[in-house]
Amino acid sequence: MAEKLHFSLVAPERELFSGLVDQVDAPGAEGDFGVLAGHAPFMTALKTGRVTVIDGGVKRAFDIQGGFADVSPEGLTILAEHAVEAA
Amino acid sequence: MASLKEMRNRIASVKATQKITKALQMVAAAKLRRSQTAAESARPYANRMNAVIANLASGVSGDGAPKLLAGTGSDQRQLLIVATADRGLAGGFNSSIVRAARIRIATLLAEGKDVKLIVVGKKARDQLKRLYGNRIVEFVEAGLNPSLATAQAVADKVAALFDAGEIDQVTLYYSRFVSVVTQTPTGARLIPAEVAAGGPVIDLKNAAYEYEPDAETILETLLPRNITVQIFSALLENQAGFYASQMAAMDNATRNAGDRIQAYTIQYNRTRQAQITKELIEIISGAEAL
Repeated sequence: MAEKLHFSLVAPERELFSGLVDQVDAPGAEGDFGVLAGHAPFMTALKTGRVTVIDGGVKRAFDIQGGFADVSPEGLTILAEHAVEAA
Repeated sequence: MASLKEMRNRIASVKATQKITKALQMVAAAKLRRSQTAAESARPYANRMNAVIANLASGVSGDGAPKLLAGTGSDQRQLLIVATADRGLAGGFNSSIVRAARIRIATLLAEGKDVKLIVVGKKARDQLKRLYGNRIVEFVEAGLNPSLATAQAVADKVAALFDAGEIDQVTLYYSRFVSVVTQTPTGARLIPAEVAAGGPVIDLKNAAYEYEPDAETILETLLPRNITVQIFSALLENQAGFYASQMAAMDNATRNAGDRIQAYTIQYNRTRQAQITKELIEIISGAEAL
């Protein structure tokens, strides 16, 4: 397996997710995008939608409303204004 | 000297008070744990936000920088947000925040600056109303649990005033939760934004960041958001500090009540014994006279 991406999803109240994953799909303001390990530095506003976290074939989904995604060499950080884990 | 009955009543009343302070202390201790966790779990977001802004700010300095970041270039019209709790019985917690703010207000006024106030929490309003009542532009209740909605309401008001060009600088006064025994009244500047220096600044030289839409637009949406988040985390820290302070104050009160009960009981017993001795002497001397 290739190297993993460090992903953290934080809402104002608490951190919902933090850890190493394979891939994250997020709803960017100018189009949905997926992030893998080693993604180029990138920052975007997010729109309301679903963030999907894929790790070893297991998917976890979070519904978010607005926020920002910050892809840096250290990993991906999503600052969501509201976020809940989708059932 | 008070009669025995009076003294009994007094002991009973102190005991009743002690029960209340003890109960309050235990409630505060339980709530402290919860609010401390809340304050701690909100920190990652605020820290990340700061890192991201520091990151962005380094890229868009100069004339193009948004006013929220760079300020209006003046410091004539100041807005102070003073946040305390709604309730008292927490030692010097509320007063120390208000005192810190009041010193600042006095300094600003002495310098001929124009000062406006937004107060959060009933105690801040009560204590500032008398001296600076005409300067209070908005009052928001702190509420039982700090919510993002409360912070948003305050932030919206700040944004409205700032956009209307009525204020130049904004400072937030609250109590920073250092530990259970230490809470420090702190003033944090919101506008112009204080960019955390020495934070985990990500090295941008390796690769150019790509922005969607673009850096300025992101920064412009991020900065108001940051104000809300800072107010929110201040409210959370206040809440934790309030309970810590209340717990300490009530612990003190309980111990004080215990001391009083002990002193009164000794006094009560002495008086009772003196009375018995007196009665005995009366009986004996009455018997001798026969």
